[in-house]
Amino acid sequence: MIRVRNLSMSIHGVPVLRELSFDIARGEVFGLVGESGSGKSMTALALMRLLPDGSTVTGSAKLGEVDLMTGSEARICAIRGSRIGMIFQEPMTALNPVQTIGDQVAETLVIHGRTGRAEALRAARARLDRVGLPAAEFPLSRFPHELSGGQRQRVCIAMAIALRPDLLIADEPTTALDVSTQAQILDLLKGLVEEERMGLMLITHDLAVVAGMADRLAVMQKGEVVEQGATEDLFRNMRHPYTRQLFEASGHRPAQTAQAAGSGLLEVDKAVRDYSRRGRGLIRPAAPFRAVNRVSFEIGRGESLGLVGESGCGKSTLTRAILGLEPLQGGTITLDGERIQAGRAMPAHMRRKMQIVFQDPYGSFNPRWKVGHLVAEPFHLSDRPVDIAARVADALREVGLAPEDAQKYIHEFSGGQRQRIAIARALIMRPELIVLDEAVSALDVRVRAQILDLLADLRAAHGLAYLFISHDLNVVRAITDRVLVMKAGEIVEQGATETVLAAPSHPYTQQLIAASPVIPAQWRDEGGQHGRPLV
Amino acid sequence: MLRFAATRLLSLTLSLVAASLVIFTVIQVVPGDPASFMLGMNAQPETVAALREDLGLNAPLSARYLDWVGGMLSGDFGRSYTYRVPVAELIRDRLWVSLPLAVYALILSTVIAFPVGLIAAARRGKPADFTIMGATQLGIAVPNFWFAMLLVLFFAVNLRWFSAGGFPGWEAGLLPALKALTLPAVALALPQASILARVMRSALIETLGQDYIRTARAKGLNRRQALIRHALRNALIPVLTIIGLQFSFLLAGAIIIENVFYLPGLGRLIFQGITQRDLIVVESVVMLLVFAVIVVTFLVDIAYAVVDPRLRHRR
Amino acid sequence: MRWPLPLILGAGLTLFFVAAAALSFVWVPHAITDLSIGDKLQPSSASYPLGTDHFGRDLLSMLMVGARTSIAVAVVAVGIGIAGGVPLGLAAAAHRGSLLDEVIMRGNDLIFAFPSLVIAILITAVLGPSALNAILAIGIFNIPVFARVARGGALSLWTLDFILAARVAGKGTARISAEHILPNIANLLIVQGTIQFSLGILAEAGLSYVGLGAQPPTASWGRMLADAQTMIYSAPRLAILPGLAIVLMVLGLNLMGDGLRDLLDPRVRRARS
Repeated sequence: MIRVRNLSMSIHGVPVLRELSFDIARGEVFGLVGESGSGKSMTALALMRLLPDGSTVTGSAKLGEVDLMTGSEARICAIRGSRIGMIFQEPMTALNPVQTIGDQVAETLVIHGRTGRAEALRAARARLDRVGLPAAEFPLSRFPHELSGGQRQRVCIAMAIALRPDLLIADEPTTALDVSTQAQILDLLKGLVEEERMGLMLITHDLAVVAGMADRLAVMQKGEVVEQGATEDLFRNMRHPYTRQLFEASGHRPAQTAQAAGSGLLEVDKAVRDYSRRGRGLIRPAAPFRAVNRVSFEIGRGESLGLVGESGCGKSTLTRAILGLEPLQGGTITLDGERIQAGRAMPAHMRRKMQIVFQDPYGSFNPRWKVGHLVAEPFHLSDRPVDIAARVADALREVGLAPEDAQKYIHEFSGGQRQRIAIARALIMRPELIVLDEAVSALDVRVRAQILDLLADLRAAHGLAYLFISHDLNVVRAITDRVLVMKAGEIVEQGATETVLAAPSHPYTQQLIAASPVIPAQWRDEGGQHGRPLV
Repeated sequence: MLRFAATRLLSLTLSLVAASLVIFTVIQVVPGDPASFMLGMNAQPETVAALREDLGLNAPLSARYLDWVGGMLSGDFGRSYTYRVPVAELIRDRLWVSLPLAVYALILSTVIAFPVGLIAAARRGKPADFTIMGATQLGIAVPNFWFAMLLVLFFAVNLRWFSAGGFPGWEAGLLPALKALTLPAVALALPQASILARVMRSALIETLGQDYIRTARAKGLNRRQALIRHALRNALIPVLTIIGLQFSFLLAGAIIIENVFYLPGLGRLIFQGITQRDLIVVESVVMLLVFAVIVVTFLVDIAYAVVDPRLRHRR
Repeated sequence: MRWPLPLILGAGLTLFFVAAAALSFVWVPHAITDLSIGDKLQPSSASYPLGTDHFGRDLLSMLMVGARTSIAVAVVAVGIGIAGGVPLGLAAAAHRGSLLDEVIMRGNDLIFAFPSLVIAILITAVLGPSALNAILAIGIFNIPVFARVARGGALSLWTLDFILAARVAGKGTARISAEHILPNIANLLIVQGTIQFSLGILAEAGLSYVGLGAQPPTASWGRMLADAQTMIYSAPRLAILPGLAIVLMVLGLNLMGDGLRDLLDPRVRRARS
């Protein structure tokens, strides 16, 4: 149905796509996998002819008889939204905030001149029902800000399929969503493909997602398709080394020397964290929102503890209380037998024992400071040692960077290198506990595997304890000894990681595990024969 | 929405109270004794005492403040010391020059700026954009009262299309009155229109970069449709802020520019009040100006909520 | 890095006026206190390059000294705005949503309700007219402007992880504001500073024009325009030249502000490199 031949593209002379050729048939799910910067999103935008300024394209992409690369702009406008629909990664910003969802869905119909407004709104209603937004709860008059991320993505889907297009392009449609929501959205897409007999081009960085969804698969690297074929066949054979690297990295588990947890380090006892609701009332104060509800657990010296939960479950709030940044409303948290207090009340010698590494490698550093200065910032907690430069150099070396990097600014480093610098900053005070808040979530799989190795090595070398917060069960399995599952402010299950993940007892944990996409085990075994044993 | 309007109304009232306190303090408390200040250094003690009595200055401060505010609420702004007539009368005549002038200029500025900003944003990076940006850059740099002088020089002295100044009054009919206000309004409006057009352009360009514009394009809207149907309304939010701020600039500008055109507006009244140390007039006119600005701010807040549904649900 | 063209042009114009103002301290063609009624309303000549005014004062000298007044008033007013507004804005952002934030922001709104002309009117009414009034009035009006810019810039920074890292390192809000926030909003403040500088020049001219600013014998562009108004038919030159000086100076500052924004804005810079 769509035939792409020798499609190349460059932006201001820099090539971003090279000689792409692939077909997508009606009723087929075509997966496009690659790391960030591999050109997978550009491929989608090229098919939509929504190209950035200064780009030139060669080759062809034929939808039926129309060449999308050479058709007039007016002709392409008539195709966009009617024969090719597209949904994007970030549902929170993908909808016009000042227009109702009904109008936005109906606009697809109106703009293509199929119907009048009243008829379009009726059709919009039907489409919203189909994507799981029933009229009772989601009238057409709703505005985007009244919906959750998953619901907004459903609206986007309704918009994209309003005219029953031949092809739906989904660019990382679930990356910004929680696992359970991801599973629902993927189900919805799959159902639509079958029902409407449309083609789906699913772009993702997550091999497990395409493994469960795609009929055929193409792997992209640096603007090229390095390998494509039927999904199962491709996974079983993995002819291209890059595919194998991706595959291994996504299931990578650092070699861990089993460590017995030492004596108690951090003890959280019936911790309660309330938020007063902002914006309600001078007149009548609203009941506070309980973000963390009587949570209790322990971390032993040298132990790696996972904390799993979906967004809004209270894990970040709990973290801020542990770090002594925000006060508790009930219960206690003690570190080495001393009680943690928020703000200035917490003495420096206690703060020194805990450090943190964040998710976002870009927001974690003051862009105006040099790396040496950044890494040394925690020395604020002690008398500045005289050998500060040497200690910074040591820390950088330990995370695999060069001592000279101390003289550079942060923008000179890649995402993975920045995470190394963040780890160096956390290490420099020789803490007992490092909180890793989604520390590898923003990284590409291959970089993620390296950082996980680094974390495992450092833990072994320094007897560090980790509190590893993540939404990704695979990562938690790779790096933690024990795991806590958190939902709506409460710990619903805890235990040894392997046990909990293999035989979850709480329904919520079971649901989380069922929702997490996995590459089928039998493909994995055979794939593994080509590469390193996967532990 | 009602709740939003109610809380805004509350904050409007608080602002007015705070503003009136500031003005009262500056005029009535800072000079020490307003009566001897108004009469100057050489005044006889008896005259001062009489004026003190006349102005009710012997009452405690709080009573004087409440009296002043209560008076204004019932339309009594006190008696002018120099004109010997109620200030309310003085203001009424002159308000009907200054306020229409400011509103006329605001309308002109908006009517000019919207299409100009839209064209510049739609043709970003093209010659039309460069021309507009250059012209507006110049427009911002021109002081309005100087521009007014140039307009007089050109349209009144050389071309004789307009009279160089004066105001026939609204009794003379709508058209002659509007004609007399046209040059001043243009002089006020063009610099403000330049600012507004630039804000409009950058707000549009900013919104054009948003994800929902890409979504709209993916639905099949062409550039123009995406601009009109999606970017425009979102860009209106920053533009409204500027329009609100501009009103206070235009009101202040109107007061200055009345001097160029010899218009009998609030500006003339207040400058006479200052020269003659007529604090009663100054106090009332200033309060009136601040009142107008605060009310316009309130209206802009309400307009925000109309444009942006997200605000309606906040307090 | 290449300097953008507007920046070069704007900086050039600004520098020209600053140099003229500086020069006026040590040398002017004719002292502006020299009234020679015999030479009044002279056209331009070798001795009076731009001619003379109705008191026979040299127009070029007046313009040079006027530049000094304009720049002095605007610079001090920007200084007042920064000194008063930035700490307030930083404090409000550091304690977002607190009573302090609310008080600062409502105070800001209150000042915004008083255009600088109105502040000048109030001050003049009780203290009498002077150049100091203009400085105070414009300066006070600048405070909420800088407070807003500082608060807005700081708020988006406070949500970033490196601030959290600094808090984990035990730093207090004041220290974080000084070490992490201020350097990162310096760009915004510099750009806003140039804008307020140019607005200050316009405001000073307006206030002096209506007699609320610099008083004779202090030379001021706005004052010169007020004097020229009655002679607009006979000597339009007197009304045109000071206005042109204002336009060029303000244009220069605005171009410089735009250029600086392009140069300093990390978003623009990233797109360029």
